[in-house]
Amino acid sequence: MQHTFVAYVEDKPGVLNRVASLFRRRGFNIESLTVGHTDQAGVSRMTIVVDTDEFGARRAEANLYKLVNVLRVEDVTNQASVVRDLALIKVAADGNNRTHVMQLADVFRARVVDVANETLILEITGTVDKIDSLVDVLRPYGIIEMVRTGIVAMRRGSAAADNRPPRVAAQVPGEPADAAVSYSV
Amino acid sequence: MKRTGAQMIWECLLREGVETVFGYPGGAILPAYDAMLEYPSIHHVLVRHEQGATHMADGYARASGRVGVAIATSGPGATNMVTGIATAMLDSSPIVCITGQVGSKLIGSDAFQETDVTGVTLPITKHNYLVTRAEDIPRTFREAFYIAQSGRPGPVLIDITKDAQQSTAEFDWEAAAPRLPGYRPDLRALPSEYQRAVELINTAQRPVILAGHGVLISGAMRQLAEFAEKTSTPVALTLLGLGGLPASHALNLGMMGMHGEAWVNNAIQEADLLLAFGMRFDDRVTGNLKTYAPFARKIHIEIDPSELNKNVKVDVGLVGDLREVLDELLPEVAQNEHAGWLAHIDEMKGDSAVRDIQNLPDSGQLFAAHVINDLWRLTNGEAIVVTDVGQHQMWEAQYWKHEQPRSLITSAGLGTMGFALPAAVGAKFACPDQEVWVIAGDGGFQMTMAELATIAQEKIKINVAIINNGYLGMVRQWQEFFYERRYAATPLFSPDFVKLTEAFGLKGMLVTERGQVKSAVDEARAHPGTVVMEFRVEQEDTVFPMVPAGADLNAMIRRPKPEAEVTAVQTEVAAVQTEVEW
Repeated sequence: MQHTFVAYVEDKPGVLNRVASLFRRRGFNIESLTVGHTDQAGVSRMTIVVDTDEFGARRAEANLYKLVNVLRVEDVTNQASVVRDLALIKVAADGNNRTHVMQLADVFRARVVDVANETLILEITGTVDKIDSLVDVLRPYGIIEMVRTGIVAMRRGSAAADNRPPRVAAQVPGEPADAAVSYSV
Repeated sequence: MKRTGAQMIWECLLREGVETVFGYPGGAILPAYDAMLEYPSIHHVLVRHEQGATHMADGYARASGRVGVAIATSGPGATNMVTGIATAMLDSSPIVCITGQVGSKLIGSDAFQETDVTGVTLPITKHNYLVTRAEDIPRTFREAFYIAQSGRPGPVLIDITKDAQQSTAEFDWEAAAPRLPGYRPDLRALPSEYQRAVELINTAQRPVILAGHGVLISGAMRQLAEFAEKTSTPVALTLLGLGGLPASHALNLGMMGMHGEAWVNNAIQEADLLLAFGMRFDDRVTGNLKTYAPFARKIHIEIDPSELNKNVKVDVGLVGDLREVLDELLPEVAQNEHAGWLAHIDEMKGDSAVRDIQNLPDSGQLFAAHVINDLWRLTNGEAIVVTDVGQHQMWEAQYWKHEQPRSLITSAGLGTMGFALPAAVGAKFACPDQEVWVIAGDGGFQMTMAELATIAQEKIKINVAIINNGYLGMVRQWQEFFYERRYAATPLFSPDFVKLTEAFGLKGMLVTERGQVKSAVDEARAHPGTVVMEFRVEQEDTVFPMVPAGADLNAMIRRPKPEAEVTAVQTEVAAVQTEVEW
């Protein structure tokens, strides 16, 4: 299944390479990886989606922690969280079908951000499924080009994200997820 | 005080307590070498190949427990280090490698001798640095030495541009404390995990301890012995765990795995509890994971959380330094007796003694196992032995009885041929008062024999035993068992090792009969300088027992009994092969 990790990392040269190299080295396939600044200077935040089982996810987490520049890792897969992808879609739309396309965009809460004689650019934010659906209905009109950012994720609720390194203990997957869970030292 | 980056390198090494470095100069590291002359208290050993420098640093680290240091220039100097770095990585050996890099303005331009060394070594170092400013050098060194030796030790590489070495900055060691917010080598398990471990230990009927390199690294020899004695648990050792419990200890079973003794592997397969102490369930230790220790609950004590559940799924994982974890467990576990289980393991030894080459009638032939066992007895088992990789390495593990930790230095995880000779040089510098023996094959020795020149230049005394069987022996053994004796590229020409050694100004000796071994070894030990001894041994000798790669751990090819026909080996192989999907 797909696991979504949020990783806080030091904002230093080569850190993205270290993280990407780790997943390659350990045989994980990265479905999506995004990096950006946080509100804290010197700390970047990555959202990494990997297709693996529970054991693989624990191993990926432990290996991420082995990277000296990684501050904290959260597996938000089974947490209540907001997960968003963003896409820009340039779709063929001339005078004949422009209204149709714009109506579809409206239904999906997508915004028109550029209009040209033969094309429209739509901007849509949402879950991966929602964007996939829009892409499906736009395809018959002719998608000229498309770009997606990959997903970003954030846990719901008022608990502030903590980017300090946690105390880590071994968690054995398959055990009941009790309170003592896990990665805590 | 103001210092050039080059001077800072040596200031940092001094403050880290470094006495010996192993290196090779070149363009991009020249400023550092120039500054070296101002720091005569650090001894520089000029190697003949940068791979040798890394193995020497590695051998130094393993013999002493301190960080070993290797230096090289950019480009080819640095890439020559790759094998040594990977060796140290897989065997958790703390070394710091310092490489020169082209000027920071030239980086990315494919300048002369430029290589992306941090990129090349990224997956084979614990951490690495590219330093482009002199003022960053002190903190980088403090972090590098800290990272290399804390937690699970490993190699750290520092790549320093030429301009960073040449420019001047304020040197303030005290102010340059490590800033490593994400680095947590001091991880601890939860109390609830300890309780579960204690329950499993106290209720086990057929427990076995699997002791690995972690015992030596964390210095848990006393705790291991106490734990084994209190809980009456037999101890099987990995190759790198040898010496963690004295070989003469009543509960010491010996080495496990591919070339472990049959009763050790059988005990593991029949156990109802495995206690993995600082080991990582390497495939050479487990065989087929699907059938590995099928009746056993597993407790894994390991400082690196990423090792837990990597190969073998465990019931309890205790993260932490092995010595500290055992100190916590020891008062909690119950005094126990497993007399029946221990007696059963004794029974399993069965005909092993009869099959042992030491007990075969002396046919006048010289077997490697005899040579190694004789060496052990003649040195009273007190030497540091550095082995290469292959058949002789396994015979050493079987026939050299290690009573002390750090008395065996060998490349286990990476299996690096050519490791022994340079690693022994490092071990000798770490322990100048100890007798150091190299045991190497004719193949591996030829990979790094140029370091004999380093030995001659440094005028150090080590003893080298080349086990010459005229083949790449272990590969030949696989060809014999699994490739119908089709000896592709394994017959091996060797130079006249005696003459070769003499060309370096060292003493060479040739031994061809068992009767000569004692007097030759006595003579070599008494000689003040390095001696290289060539032992011409049986050519098609085989390491038994053997678990074929990927086979069940108890599917072992055994040494045929003395009265068996010559074809008996093939029968033994066939018996195992029917059970295994190759």
